[in-house]
Amino acid sequence: MKIHEYQGKQILREYGVPTPRGFAAMSVNEAVDAAKKLGGKVWVVKAQIHAGGRGKGGGVKIAKSIDEVRARAKEILGMQLITHQTGPEGQKVRRLLVEEGADIRKELYAGMVVDRGTQKVVLMASSAGGMDIEEVAAKTPDKIRKVFIDPAQGLSDADADEIALGIGVPQAALAEGRKVFKALYKCFDATDASLAEINPLILTGDNRVIALDAKLNFDDNALFRHPEIVAMRDLDEEDPLEIEASKYDLNYISLDGEIACMVNGAGLAMATMDTIKLYGGAPANFLDVGGGATAEKVTAAFKIMLSNPKVKAILVNIFGGIMKCDTIATGVVAAARQVKLSLPLVVRMKGTNEDLGKKILRDSGLPIISADNMADAAKKVVAAVKKTGAKKVAAKKAAAKKAKSRPARKAKAKTKIVKKAKAANKKKRK
Amino acid sequence: MSILIDRNTRVMTQGITGKTGQFHTQMSRAYANGRACFVAGVNPKKAGEDFEGIPIFGTVADAKKATGANVSVIYVPPPFAAAAIDEAVDADLDLVICITEGIPVRDMIRTRHRMKGKRTVLVGPNCPGVITPDDIKIGIMPGHIHKRGPVGVVSRSGTLTYEAVGQLTELGLGQSTCVGIGGDPVNGLKHIDVLKMFNEDPKTEAVIMVGEIGGSDEENAALWAKDHMKKPIVGFIAGITAPPGKRMGHAGAIISGGKGTAQEKLAVMEECGIKTTRNPAEMGRTLKSVLK
Repeated sequence: MKIHEYQGKQILREYGVPTPRGFAAMSVNEAVDAAKKLGGKVWVVKAQIHAGGRGKGGGVKIAKSIDEVRARAKEILGMQLITHQTGPEGQKVRRLLVEEGADIRKELYAGMVVDRGTQKVVLMASSAGGMDIEEVAAKTPDKIRKVFIDPAQGLSDADADEIALGIGVPQAALAEGRKVFKALYKCFDATDASLAEINPLILTGDNRVIALDAKLNFDDNALFRHPEIVAMRDLDEEDPLEIEASKYDLNYISLDGEIACMVNGAGLAMATMDTIKLYGGAPANFLDVGGGATAEKVTAAFKIMLSNPKVKAILVNIFGGIMKCDTIATGVVAAARQVKLSLPLVVRMKGTNEDLGKKILRDSGLPIISADNMADAAKKVVAAVKKTGAKKVAAKKAAAKKAKSRPARKAKAKTKIVKKAKAANKKKRK
Repeated sequence: MSILIDRNTRVMTQGITGKTGQFHTQMSRAYANGRACFVAGVNPKKAGEDFEGIPIFGTVADAKKATGANVSVIYVPPPFAAAAIDEAVDADLDLVICITEGIPVRDMIRTRHRMKGKRTVLVGPNCPGVITPDDIKIGIMPGHIHKRGPVGVVSRSGTLTYEAVGQLTELGLGQSTCVGIGGDPVNGLKHIDVLKMFNEDPKTEAVIMVGEIGGSDEENAALWAKDHMKKPIVGFIAGITAPPGKRMGHAGAIISGGKGTAQEKLAVMEECGIKTTRNPAEMGRTLKSVLK
């Protein structure tokens, strides 16, 4: 789960990581009030969206008067902020963070993730703050210091000091640096974080070490013991279809293609997407219905897949193990009827009660295309999409041609033909 | 021969009284030598009772002492599953297979740390389990798609493993042992560990390694195999089309920081002499092509 920067800073402060003073604002007036409350002469108005790269996208602005705070807040609130992480459509800004300005002497980087190789939390720090850490890692790996933290002991003073000195924290600020790194680990561990990134972590003119940014992600599997973090969830930042899917315990991720797919099992779902691509199609989503799919769940899955307007065909790929193919088939038939499915549907079923499942599909009278294996299924669904597309193009071309060759008085007849062709196509598609 | 488990393995089920534990104990018991293999259950509140004739003990240690069970399978719910692994490790079992999906990563970091220096081997969590066809099935995989034979299977995913097994069986190629190592970022056996076991197993003649995006386990296994593996390996990696930064169902299946892409894994595997396929429908046939 992701949270906003202002929420992350609130959590960091609770664990003793210093941050600039600041307040969240949901409106321009609140932003102005926040600036007045903070006092001082310089403020920073920061867009709060879950994606990174906000500064480059114009979502972080400095203000040197209250009027400027108002102007900047007006600009940023409600804008579609486009960053390298939002996609071309951007993300609407609904919340702001107004902070006091900071006296930056040096920009550093600190990050924490779980390292799978050592099965420990790793603290990574760099003297190249403010930059994309992946870029730093690729170009100047020697600038990155790492320490793998012993889960029983926690981050030791010695390790914290080594990291701090390694990234250029001066002796005078060493105690501050140590405190920040230790507090950051304490926070990471106690909140079941999966990622903590402070970029930049700054050294101030008076030798303080402060988190100027905060990105915290949390382990979804551990949210059951952190209701305070769950309360910070901002549904505006999540894909509405993914939210809807999570209500039914479906694992759904929107993608850009036109072939919707419903699969049981995450690995098989990925493999199905790959196969679609291999045969020239593009998957519209990742959808794992899980092990205990019921007819209701399958219906919900169909509705979610179909609410994506880009979808032109559906592929269902089920390897029945404990889950029986006839259960899925019943669910698919019920779902197709309930949503009055008009798009091509290809079903591949294998495993427990496979024959029974196929029979249910056949007897349903629905125009379901059956496939024998994954490759066959992918080929058929890609062909179905092409056919639908080709028909549309052909109908348009035919109409255009006829319009040119026929005299004007026959225009009425032409319209009729096109209408008829369109209706026939529609029928066929159904 | 086989790896990890055979018909002489004696198993206890931790979490035998839950719905999942009950169902899969029944299914596993009905498979091959299962009736003799599944000898005990564990539930701290139900010691002295039984599940369909299988005695239930209050602790793993009690179950081991009374029945000689040396392996445990865990169906305990996620908040308590890591503690269940700890208990099995403390009782010095040979092998623990944890099926439970959704264990917090922090719990697994602690559990794996506690396991250092202990001899207990962990498979999972978030895995389908282990099966040695026609001998014993420990886990949730459908037994009937398997067939005894010369191919070792190791995989991070459940149904994708069944897909590979189903293709092999259809081609008449049986399996020595199939190991689902699970889709979590912090787990027990990795691809490399299982490859080492298959390498030493006289009954395994070739191996299918099924991986997915995230981490570098497949690369590590491939680099080891390059110099040490005496048997042909066929590989597939799921997630070529997966976008970065999105968790694809499994907690461990995520491309982060540009690392763990399918392309990268496939490239390393190919460099190391592993025959890969980009078409999951071709896993079985690709294996057949390398078998002597």
